[in-house]
Amino acid sequence: MNVLRDYIKSLFLLELMRGLALTGRYLFKKKFTVQYPEEKAPISPRFRGLHAQRRYASGEERCIACKLCEATCPALAITIEAEPRADGSRRTTRYDIDLFKCIFCGYCQESCPVDAIVETRLYEYHFENREDAIMTKEKLLAMGDKFEQQLAADIAAQSQYR
Amino acid sequence: MDLLMSLWEWLGENLVVVQILIKIVIIVAPLMLCVAYFTYAERKIIGYMQVRIGPNRVGPKGWLQPIADAVKLMFKEIIIPSGANKTLFLIAPVLTLGPALAAWAVFPFGDGLVLSNINAGLLYLIALTSVGVYGVIISGWASNSKYAFLGAMRSAAQIVSYEIAMGFALVGVLVAAGSLNLGEIVRAQEGEGGLFNWFWLPLFPLFLIYFVSGVAETNRAPFDVAEGESEIVAGFHVEYSGMPFAVFFLGEYANMILISALTSLLFLGGWLSPFNGWPLLGPMFDWVPGIVWLFIKTAFVGFFFLWLRATFPRYRYDQIMRLGWKVFIPITIVWIMVVGLAVVFEMPWWFD
Repeated sequence: MNVLRDYIKSLFLLELMRGLALTGRYLFKKKFTVQYPEEKAPISPRFRGLHAQRRYASGEERCIACKLCEATCPALAITIEAEPRADGSRRTTRYDIDLFKCIFCGYCQESCPVDAIVETRLYEYHFENREDAIMTKEKLLAMGDKFEQQLAADIAAQSQYR
Repeated sequence: MDLLMSLWEWLGENLVVVQILIKIVIIVAPLMLCVAYFTYAERKIIGYMQVRIGPNRVGPKGWLQPIADAVKLMFKEIIIPSGANKTLFLIAPVLTLGPALAAWAVFPFGDGLVLSNINAGLLYLIALTSVGVYGVIISGWASNSKYAFLGAMRSAAQIVSYEIAMGFALVGVLVAAGSLNLGEIVRAQEGEGGLFNWFWLPLFPLFLIYFVSGVAETNRAPFDVAEGESEIVAGFHVEYSGMPFAVFFLGEYANMILISALTSLLFLGGWLSPFNGWPLLGPMFDWVPGIVWLFIKTAFVGFFFLWLRATFPRYRYDQIMRLGWKVFIPITIVWIMVVGLAVVFEMPWWFD
């Protein structure tokens, strides 16, 4: 009896019809595609984009050259050289992030005791020379100056998760 | 206008070849446009079924996408593999496209609106749709590549198997209509019942089998083992690039349109209005020209090609063979008997 039922079921294409009905329904479903350059998907405050270095409100750079970020970086993308400055405080003389190596894991931001190195929301950027892929200290600080308000707000927003 | 008409008549009397060539251009040019926009429709419809929106960047709503595709393919390099048989390699795509276009010669677009009104029209169609498989086989062999050869072998076996079921389905139509002339077949479907007078109702199993065999003949999903992207890269046309590939592509889509148009001609009443002879709707739609009905029916059947592709996974090879030989052929034979009896005993509505 089962054999006969299966036979009739396959002969009248019942299951195929159900498949067609499903795709037929989806034909009229609402489409969610975000039209990228015109529309953008919302970004989380914890988004990990291009890096930046922050300053204190006084204008003093935050980084104290503890090299925790360099040590924790799984891709070995960070190179730091440090010397005491004229006023005796410990500062970096060189702080490079090689963006070809960087995997944007965010561990540097995670490890930083003074919230100096952070990742911004910026994800649309390009290089025209290979050298441009190295984020030098100057570039990082410039990024930090540019996005300071956004960065401070984002860090405040995610402080509750830490 | 008079001048044009008299020129046309003069051509018919003195330069028939030129007149026929002009007619061919009038048929082929819109057909090629249809092919181009069929690819666009496919990408849009399958996209919509997958909750995407499909191409929408080139031109308003992406309407120029097929043009952009064609231009891109035309400017691409034609690569001929070093081990390939050059002549056959280049002939193969033409052999796929040629029959798909030649078949339109006997296709009636309206009452009497046909390039060559031959009495063996159906026979001619069976012959020409079978020739298409040579393009696939030759391309697979001439490429001198394992994947292409595998694709060609699969395609040959598949098309030969489904040819039989398809042929039997057509035999059913010709028994029912009593003629091989395509115009006569459509006229045999005319009646007071409108769309219930068409052959899809008395020949319903043959209608389905003809359509499914048509999907298999054109190597479309779910019968696309000859291409089988996930198994044998692209099957018979792995080695093709640029314009020869484009010609294969055109051939595949022209074949799809041909099968859709033939399905609507043989089973869905061709140029006849679906409301023919109905009390109220019949006169309301009398002004619609037959070719519009034909176009709507063809588009409807063509939509099913895309719907099937968006829905079903690829058949396993042995299942394809089983379906062709052990399901379709017995059913068609039985139904031809049924139709034969119905015709002999002049069953009312269709065969009286």
